[in-house]
Amino acid sequence: MTAAGIASPVPVVAARNLCKTYQLGEQSVHALREVSFDIQRGEFVAIMGPSGSGKSTLMNMIGALDVPSSGQLLIDGTDIGTLDRDQLAALRNHTIGFVFQQFNLLARTSALDNVKLPLTYSRPRRADATDIARSCLEKVGLAERMDHVPSQLSGGQQQRVAIARALVNSPSIILADEPTGALDSATSLEILQLFESLNAQGMTVIMVTHELDVASHARRLLRVKDGRLVEDRAVNGALTEHQS
Amino acid sequence: MTLAELIATAMVALRRNVLRSVLTTLGIIIGVGSVIVMSAIGSGASKQIDAQIASLGTNQLTIFPGSMNVGGRQGGAGSAPPLTEKDLRAIRENVTGIDAAAGNMNSGATVVVGNVNWVTQINGSSAEVQTVRDWPLKSGRFYDALEASSGRKLAVLGSTVARELFGEADPLGTMVRINNVPFQVIGVLSEKGQAGGRDQDDVVILPLSTARSRLMGRVRVPDEIGQILVKVDDRYELSEVQADIERVLRQRRRIAPNATDNFMVRNFAEFLATRNATTRTLGLLLASTAAISLIVGGIGIMNIMLVSVTERTREIGLRMAIGASGADILGQFLTEAVLLCMAGGFLGLVLGAGIAIVISTLFAWPVYISPGVVLMAIMASASVGVIFGFVPARRASQLNPIEALRYE
Repeated sequence: MTAAGIASPVPVVAARNLCKTYQLGEQSVHALREVSFDIQRGEFVAIMGPSGSGKSTLMNMIGALDVPSSGQLLIDGTDIGTLDRDQLAALRNHTIGFVFQQFNLLARTSALDNVKLPLTYSRPRRADATDIARSCLEKVGLAERMDHVPSQLSGGQQQRVAIARALVNSPSIILADEPTGALDSATSLEILQLFESLNAQGMTVIMVTHELDVASHARRLLRVKDGRLVEDRAVNGALTEHQS
Repeated sequence: MTLAELIATAMVALRRNVLRSVLTTLGIIIGVGSVIVMSAIGSGASKQIDAQIASLGTNQLTIFPGSMNVGGRQGGAGSAPPLTEKDLRAIRENVTGIDAAAGNMNSGATVVVGNVNWVTQINGSSAEVQTVRDWPLKSGRFYDALEASSGRKLAVLGSTVARELFGEADPLGTMVRINNVPFQVIGVLSEKGQAGGRDQDDVVILPLSTARSRLMGRVRVPDEIGQILVKVDDRYELSEVQADIERVLRQRRRIAPNATDNFMVRNFAEFLATRNATTRTLGLLLASTAAISLIVGGIGIMNIMLVSVTERTREIGLRMAIGASGADILGQFLTEAVLLCMAGGFLGLVLGAGIAIVISTLFAWPVYISPGVVLMAIMASASVGVIFGFVPARRASQLNPIEALRYE
């Protein structure tokens, strides 16, 4: 099933007949129907699909923000359907690094403190939180801007801070939701190259996007449509519309 | 999150909008401030009253002639037959548990020395009055029982009178004219201070018999006494001694068993009881004022915290996404509310204390801010934070992270 990545006994994400149904009044909306796939450690996966395809629902479940209606979703071998709110929060804290389109940094809070934020919710507490946060900011190339607040940083720099924040808890997955959606094309390229280099160092990266040229930086493409997985293939180089 | 992190996070949030934070806490500030002012004024006054009551003596009984009912008409106070030297003697001889008993008559008089004069109160008193009123001398001596009964013209000055007439000079041995009768000053009393709005030191004490014959004018009986002052021995019950005195006087004044007394026995314990009741009422009034203003302030806090939770929905969503539990979010917003309230309480404290100090200097009114009230103010405002911060904090903690992240 895997098109790329290093084979590993426990997939980092495993979807088994994943279904999600929302109740809208009398009507049932099937956001996901019987979706199954594995993502192995070290993969760089792009998830694509038009709006309403169910890709956001899929992303929320991979991010342990939502649980399936039926079927299973395992993250690092843990079935998220069996966890309560607080256990999901702890799982997100330890295994998922979120990167958002709008960065979602805390205003009036320094880059360093923004990056440290996930560690303040970790149990047990890390005594060396500041050192870890500092090394993550160095990794994304912001060693000189640690004391700057978001309003003093450019969009690309803000997204780098957000990526450093995602890295700070050494997660199993970096989960990026349209990470370049708010950036110009030159800055987008820098951010995508940062993801590529993190992936080259062994980090699993899952990126939700609707742009083909963004998705072409990934090494595997999952395409969702009408709640079903309609395409799962390796990516080598630029993707064009007729290819898909 | 550690407490330090919670407080730091709350401070960042509160500093986001300083004006709004201050306006929000205004209710708490005014509430706590007014309670501090009122309690400072109230306890300052009651401390003063306590001191006055202590200076009057709590083991004292005062006996006055009462009113008399003649043919269905109730006369005014003092309309009953006066007390006499014989009544005083009977009390001394027949009542046990008395340390000392003194007769007393009061009148106003002008005291003149050279070209200085001073209008004051004169007390014609038995020699025992010094013991009864527990009033030490600053200088000189008091007259004894023999001098008192032999009609000697001796005077003991209260410290105010001494100061007004003699200034820094020593009055001992000097002749003063009281309503044109010459008296020799033999002593000056120590200061006793204010009581019931009257300067207790603005007085001259003279032997009772001399005062009666020379200064009191017309008396109804030759051995009339205005009041009898009794100091009760500490080893005896005040109420029992009082009952004993009443029994002796009823017998002497031939009052029928079912008739009412035509005299009155008063003790300062009654004043104390009245005062305690007043204090309780004042305390209750203060507490209800505080409660109302804190509730009003608390509603303000709740309102603004609800607004804050809505405004910061995305932030809450983010925090949840990166691993904050419901308890973490609850703690964050509760800390914010409590901090806001405690800051308000502290500002109110400072404001109240400032106003109390201004009042005390402007109106020469004694104020006292008790540590208990300060502690109460801080604790109460913290509790308001917990109580009224809970609903908004709980709402924040129960947000769905997906919807919160998507919130615009």
